[in-house]
Parts: sequence; structure tokens; C-alpha cells
Amino acid sequence: MSQLRTSKSDLARDFGISDDRSLSLFLKTLPGVDQVGAEARAVELGTRSIKKESKAWAIDMAISMVDLTTLEGADTEGKVRSLCNKAHRPDPTDPSVPHVGAVCVYNDMVKIARSHLDSIGANEIPVAAVATAFPSGRASREVKLRDTRDAIEAGASEIDMVIDRGAFLSGHYKSVFDEIVAIKKECGEKAHLKVILETGELVTYDNVRRASYLAMIAGADFIKTSTGKVTPAATPPVVLIMLQAVRDFFDRTGIRIGVKPAGGIRTSKDAIKQLVLVNEIAGPEWLSPAYFRIGASALLNDLLMQRFKMRDGYYASSNYVSIE
Amino acid sequence: MKESSNPFTYAPAPESRELVSIESSYDLFIDGKFIAPKSKKRFPSINPATEEVLSKISLGGKEDLDLAVKSARRAYEKVWSKLPGKERGKYLYRIARLMQERAREFAVLETLDNGKPIRETRDTDIPLAIQHFFYHAGWADKLEYAGHGSNPRAHGVVGQIIPWNFPLLMLAWKVAPALATGNTVVLKPAETTSLTALLFAQVCLDAGLPAGVINIVTGDGTTGASLIAHKGIDKFAFTGSTEVGKAINRALAATGRPVTLELGGKGANIVFEDAAIDQAVEGIVQGIFFNQGHVCCAGSRLLLQENIHDHFIEKLERRIEKIRVGDPMDKNTDLGAINSKEQLQKIVELTQSGEVEGAKAWQPDCALPSRGFWFRPTIFTNVTGAHRIAREEIFGPVLSVLTFRTPQEAIEKANNTPYGLAAGVWSEKGSRILWASRELKAGVIWANTYNKFDAASPFGGYKESGWGREGGRHGLLPYLTQSQTPRVRSGKGARK
Amino acid sequence: MSQERIDVKKTYKLFINGAFPRSESGRSYPIFRKASKVLLAQPAQASRKDLRDAVRAAREARSKWQSATSYNRSQILYRIAEMMEGRRSQFVEEIMAQTSATKSVAEKEVSESIDLWVWYAGWCDKIGQISGANNPINGPFYNFTSPEPVGVVGVFAEPDFPLLGLVRAMAPALVGGNTVVVLASEKRPLSAITLSEVIATSDVPAGVINILTGLRSELTPWLASHMEVDGLDISGEKSRSAEIRTLATENLKRIADFNTSISPNRILALMDQKTIWHPIGL
Repeated sequence: MSQLRTSKSDLARDFGISDDRSLSLFLKTLPGVDQVGAEARAVELGTRSIKKESKAWAIDMAISMVDLTTLEGADTEGKVRSLCNKAHRPDPTDPSVPHVGAVCVYNDMVKIARSHLDSIGANEIPVAAVATAFPSGRASREVKLRDTRDAIEAGASEIDMVIDRGAFLSGHYKSVFDEIVAIKKECGEKAHLKVILETGELVTYDNVRRASYLAMIAGADFIKTSTGKVTPAATPPVVLIMLQAVRDFFDRTGIRIGVKPAGGIRTSKDAIKQLVLVNEIAGPEWLSPAYFRIGASALLNDLLMQRFKMRDGYYASSNYVSIE
Repeated sequence: MKESSNPFTYAPAPESRELVSIESSYDLFIDGKFIAPKSKKRFPSINPATEEVLSKISLGGKEDLDLAVKSARRAYEKVWSKLPGKERGKYLYRIARLMQERAREFAVLETLDNGKPIRETRDTDIPLAIQHFFYHAGWADKLEYAGHGSNPRAHGVVGQIIPWNFPLLMLAWKVAPALATGNTVVLKPAETTSLTALLFAQVCLDAGLPAGVINIVTGDGTTGASLIAHKGIDKFAFTGSTEVGKAINRALAATGRPVTLELGGKGANIVFEDAAIDQAVEGIVQGIFFNQGHVCCAGSRLLLQENIHDHFIEKLERRIEKIRVGDPMDKNTDLGAINSKEQLQKIVELTQSGEVEGAKAWQPDCALPSRGFWFRPTIFTNVTGAHRIAREEIFGPVLSVLTFRTPQEAIEKANNTPYGLAAGVWSEKGSRILWASRELKAGVIWANTYNKFDAASPFGGYKESGWGREGGRHGLLPYLTQSQTPRVRSGKGARK
Repeated sequence: MSQERIDVKKTYKLFINGAFPRSESGRSYPIFRKASKVLLAQPAQASRKDLRDAVRAAREARSKWQSATSYNRSQILYRIAEMMEGRRSQFVEEIMAQTSATKSVAEKEVSESIDLWVWYAGWCDKIGQISGANNPINGPFYNFTSPEPVGVVGVFAEPDFPLLGLVRAMAPALVGGNTVVVLASEKRPLSAITLSEVIATSDVPAGVINILTGLRSELTPWLASHMEVDGLDISGEKSRSAEIRTLATENLKRIADFNTSISPNRILALMDQKTIWHPIGL
């Protein structure tokens, strides 16, 4: 496969994208996705049976990939602090349990999360902020940029932005693209950018593939499925399409983009299925929190309970894991 | 990245063998009873993944066949032909339900006996076999609406010979329509795969199916030849190689007795430049590596539009590297054992010819078990239409890649074979799909999919891939004698 | 001084690829008036090479005939009936000359032959509707079955009815979209040749219908075994059924063998059912 071996800043030029027309033409050259075939493949991979040591490995890997999330109107400082504690020591009784990938909160909670994590010695855990008028994205660009700047100033080192789905669906791809470029510029070297496609609103897999490429060329470090506020969210076939996109993008550019499914992944079984997809679609190089995250809240406790079960040999009780 | 450096290796996930109990030897199933063969001969049946002897199978001889045919005739005349269709249907429904209850047992037994992965027996073979009984059960009391006249009738006693690649599924394809249409059956399973047929016999007993309606005579090629030669059989159905099919037809041609033949193939899978590439890659993999390529309708010739050849092959090879070859009982195995030593030798011989003739072979670097019969998934590029690997049915996990420049050339190359069982076409352009589907000379066209089967979907070949259809309304026709409409007014007969 | 006019006799030739060649072998054979010794004509005695040429022509003509729309094929076959109507008297005379038929019997055979073309012509754009299917699949797939022609069909005309026995043997194969190589009645071949003259002026593309006269004993094995013949209608050759079926095995020719002439099953016997799958998705 011919590789561009390009640098991230040159991507648009290397893909020949200068305006709405060239971007639109490029997206339409991407191969189509057959829905039935894609879903059948996801189902087939869903039948993989992960047992014993590979299951133990997968559970710990999944824990380290969790972006432990609270995104509620009712979030409080106390809630965020206890979430941070959980992120740092998912099981306080067992130090062998890895810490999660990140803590993911609304903008106004970034500062609290950052300072609390630092205070408990969890400096290595990044704080991710949902910015850009999350979850709808319906605000002016100035507001979105300001939102991003605020989050970074408050200590966020990861920005989860939403794309303008309205613009995408009406064919104004360049507007979506330019917004990602602008937010990426705002992130600079200080924050990683995760671009949320909100695949539940894009509906078709063709759109998911196009939006994935659009985001990757515009400078995303991660492409993320969903806000968690829309269903369907991170279904296995959607993740499969996005994993194919990052794989093919890597083949072409040498740049490895991460993938973050978010929304609807609640059980260890769901999470392990995601890891199987990563392993068999993108490849084992993506099996790292650097390139795969799972946006979730309830999932972490289920992973812990599975861990107990594997350790103790009997089914665990939810009374033994903390509710955050 | 090599599997060894991948931290996410899947631990063995074996299906439990305890689900089945295999007897040390099996009798024939004739007239509702398991009886020892008059031939007094038995032969071992082995697990091709381990070469372990699973059981001793009875070798049915002429005398045994006489008994079976007599039993089928008696059951036809005394019981089955007198039973209303709706009652016949109820038996078939019962059989379907009993099979559902024992589905996992059938799956494990099939995997042990055949060598195919448990994932396939569990998710494909057994559910489809059950669906076949369920579907045909409903036809039994509706035959007058099947489009074969208002008074369609059964032939009587049907002799059926089935192959080893889908033992229970092929049994279902044969037995379900035969019984639904009111025929009685003498069935000969393949020599290497009799066990699920014998478990099916037990299911028939449990269902209370009247004695003699189905008789299962296990054996080898001589048993099959005796069945074909038997004068007491009204209609034959065979699935297997084109070579044997022709021999059967030659033996039966002069008798005028009807025969359905479902034979070999060399299916073309055509990928156009505008295909949904990832699903096409998946379809090619399904097309040739499903069931170790032991599939008569396998997409064994990949016809690639030349301008996407290199890119597509790269994607295909990467996908094939993910295929998990090994213990068929492991739930994560994608490619199991080759069914027999003989078949393995045939595959080896043909692939060697491919290399001698100048094609370029590629195989993934996967480990194979030390015992049993195995063959790595293989792709041949630089294949031309004259190569043996492009013309002969390999019946193994071996794909021959050819290229084309225009749609017309694709069709010409696809049709350039005496076979005509199945073909695939991949394009996101609707009109091209329909055009290619029309032009391809094959009985089954999978457009943007491959190797899909359904009880309601007619299956069968063009040209030397055989005749007659199995499945769907069309699959009933071979098991019915058509009531012909009145003759032309002037009638026939010699004029003086 | 009035002189009786000398009538112009017709040379009965083969019909291959839209042309009327003599046999390449240069042979002919005598046909006698009714059961008498009076020479009626000396039609061409086709050789196996003529048969080979006819099969080649039929093979070449497949794409033209198969790619024609059903409506178009229907009109062309109907056109044969129209053109026959204009040559009624010739057909009647020839039947009377070759058989023991009285005029009214011969008239009836001609009428029935014409009517049979009309009946079959109407099937062209209906056979797929009554025999195809839309199959309900357990999954997200559109799946349909429709009949397609097998290709080149060898047709054995019935021996006794020179015209009707020919029409009822060849019409069903043509309706299905097959091209045909017809062996005319050996002893009563003249109607077949006259019919070929009708066909030549009926918009039937060259090569779709090829008619050979000659000896069955000589031609049958070659036709039955020819690997580029895909199907046979042997309803008109019951006596050699076993031999033909055996010879036809090597390429698994589809065999139509009926006791009735009017049946859509007769069309379907020389067609294969094709089933097409396609996923249904967004």
C-alpha cells in the first residue's frame, strides 16, 4: 500500500483537500459499506470465546482503557472527587488493578477533577473534557473555541468534541472539517483531540466511514462513536467500521489514530467483544489505552466483579464494589 | 505483528465432548430398528482432526439394501402414502423440534466426525438442517399449491446418497422434501461421516415416525453402487462429485428413472472496482474458507478487476492471517481439519500442480496440529484460465485469483467452465449487479454476499453441476410426479 | 398452339444459420408419396458436419435470442403463425402428399400448428411469472428465482405429423429462450423445410432455429453426444430414448420427454432455475 508518511499538519494537502468540493469528492471515493456484510462480520467476531488467562488479560486491559465518565446535570464536586478516587484505585483492596484511561467530565468539573487527581497522586491520569457545546454541538464557533480553551486552561489534557452533524448531513463537509481544524489548533500541544461522530445520528455506515476520514484528516487524535446521549451508540458494527478506517488510514499515512467507543458498553462481555474487534480488525498495535478507550461508567464495576470471580472462583456481589 | 508477540492470544475454548456419547459400533437403521449388517462387515470412522477411531460403522451390502428397500416400499404402500399430508407434516415438525432440543449434541458429534469447526456446526449446519425440516413440514399438506398441478403425487421409494461435507445438512436437504412430498427413503450417508445420520435415526424413533419411512444404510462406494443398481427404487437423488454423478446418470439413463444431481463447481467470485471492499474481502474469505473449502458452491475462483488487484490481495492476505486454524472443537477455530487423508492428498496434488504451472502460492504463517489432516489457507495469484487450479474443483481451502479488465471479460471468464453451480458478484452499482447476475451461468448467484443458504431458497446447478433444485418451492418438484395437462386435441400416435 | 406449362420443382435444402445450404456431403435421399413408390422429393441428407455447423450457428445465436426481450420473442413467434397462415395451401398439400391425411385432416393439422405457435408465443412473457418465486429468507436478503434457457437444444420432431409434430417439439424450447437444432421427421421432412422458409421471413434471428433433414440413425448419436448441446427434447423420438439419454450423460444434457404438447412444464423442462441473493441494507 502506498504510504504518504506524512506529518499531521500536512494531511489536508496530502489528501488534496482545499475546499468543500475537493473534500466532498474525496469522501465519495471511499469504498461503500454493505450493512448486512459488516454486521454479519461483527456478529461473527462476537462469538469469540475469551477464557482463562486471555480473559484476565482482557479485563485488565479494558479497565486501563476506560474513560470513566460522569456527564450529568446533577454532577457535583463530591461526585467528581469520588469518581477520581475510583479511577485511580478501581479496587482499593487490590493494588494490582490498573488505573483507568482517563476521567471524563463536563467543562466546569475539569478543575476539580484535575486537582483532586493530583492530590491523590494520580498525576498520570488525564482529565478529558467534553467541549464544543456537548452534546448537541449547536453553538457558534466562537463559543465552541472558548469552551475548548476554558477546558484546557482548567487542566484538561483531552478534549472530546462533537462534530456538527447538521452540517455533515446537509453536505457542508468543509464546515465540519474547518471546525475540527480550529479546535485542534486550540488544543495545540496541550490536549489530545477526540472527535465524536455521534454515529447514531449519521445513521449509515457509509456516513460513519466518511466522517471518520473527515475527522482524521482534519487532525483528530481519536475518533469517538457517540456522546452517550443518543442511541444507538457504540454498536459493534460501528466500531468495526471505525477500526477499519483507522487501520486503512495508518496504511496510507503512517499515522495511528485511536478509537473510542462510548455509550452502551456496560458489561465485561461487551468490553471484551470490543477488544476482539480491535485485535482482529485494526490489529494488536491498537490494544493500548494510547489507541483505544472505552467511554463508560457502569462498565468499570462489572469488570471488577468479573475480576473477583476469576480470582475467587465464585460469582461476586455488587455489595463489594463501590458505587460512584 | 506475529501472533507470538500479540499479548491477546485466545486461550483454548474447547466445546465439551461430554455432550455426546458415541457407541463403539453402529448398526444399520432399517424398518424402524437398528440391525446388524447381513454383510457382517464394519469399517472404522475416524476423527480427521486427531485420527482417533470414533466408532465402527456397518457396511451395508446388497442384502441389507434389499431389506431397506423392501421396508421402504412396505412403509410407502401400507402407511405413508395413506397418511394425510397434515399428519406427515406433524411428524416432520416433531423431528425439527427434537433436533432443536439436541442441537448442541448434533453440533459436537458433527464436528468430531467431520472435522469442521464447532462454530460452523453450531451456527450454520445444525440450525439450517432444522430449518429445513421445519420449512418442509409446512409443505406436506399444501402440495397442491406448490405449482405442480392440482394432484401432485409422490414417486414412492427414493434412494438418496449424500456427501461428507455437510453430513446432517445434506441429509436434511434430501430427507425433508422427500418425506414432505410423501415418499419413503433409503439413505446412504458418506463413508467418512455417518454418525449424525445415525443420531438422526434415533430422533426419528423418538418422533414415532412409522417404521420403514426412513432407512439409513451406511457404507462405502460399493453400498452406493448397489443402491443405484437397485431395481426397487423409483427415484434417486445424489449430491457429490461430478464424476460420480455422471456415472450414476449413465447407469440410470437407460431406465428413464428420475434422478436429481447436485454436483461439483468452480464458482467465480467477481469483484468490481466499486465493490464495498471490506465486505468483499470478507465474502471472498467466506466463499473459499467456509468449511475448509469443502463446499460444492465454493467461490474458488476470485476474479478481480485488474486495477484493484494489488490493493485487494494485500487486504485479503491480511484478513487471512487472522484465520484461526486448528482444533475444530475450539469455539474460536475458523478453519478445521480436512475431512480425510484422501481429500488432503487431492488438495496437495492440485496445489503442487499450481506451482508447477507457474502460479504463485501464498499461505499465512500459522501453526498446524501434528496429528490429523490439515491444510493452510492458500491463495494462488498469477493464475491463468488454463491452469488446472483454475479449472478443476480442488474442494479445499485454496483460492485461485484471476483478473479481468471489463465487465464482459469478467463474465466470459466466469462462465468459462463446464460447471455452473454458484457465482458471486461484488459491486455497489445496482444495474451492474443485475446485469452480471443475469449473464452468469450458474444456478445460484450471490450478489454482495456469498455462501448463504436457506430452506426457502432453491439451490442447484447449471450445466455439469447437476440438475434439479433443493430448497424452496422448486425443491419439491423432483420429489413429485407431475400430473400432466390433457393432450393436444389431435392426440399422439402413429398415422397409418 | 397451347402447351401445358412445366411447373418449377422445389429443391428441398437444409436450414442452417438463416441460410439454405445443401448438405456439405452432397447427399440427398428419396421421399416417396404417401406409402407408395412414387418419388416425391429428394431432400438433403445432412451429415454430422452439417449438424456440427447447425450447432455452431445455434450457439452463436444464443445471445441474440436470449437478450431479446420476452415481448420481442413473443412477437417474433407470433409472426411465424402469421406467416404460416399465408402458406396454408402449401402446408396442406405437403401433408397430404407425405401422409395418408385427407384434406380436412391436413387442414386441421395446419390450423392446430398455427394455433400452437400462437399459444406458445403468448408464454414468452409469462413463463417467468408462473414459475419464478420471491423466496422469504430467514435474514436480511432479497432472494428471487427465475427460469433461464439452458442454451442450445436438440429437438427431435415427431415422425408422424410432419408439421404439428415439428411445431410442438420446437416451440417450447424457443419460448424459453433456447436456440434449436431440429431433426425433421425422417420420412416426412418436407413440411419442416417449408416451415423453415416461413421462419426465414419471420424476423427470427439467423441461427436461432436450424432444421436438418436426414437419417435419424446417422444424426442422433452426434446430436445426443454433442458437448455444445445443452438440452434435448426427445418427446418425438421415444424409441431411442435409452440410447439418447445415455449418450447425453457426458455433459448432463437436460432431457425433455413428454406425452403432451400443451404444457408450460414443457417449456420449463428446458430451462434452469436461477436464484439470486442480495442483502437488504442502508
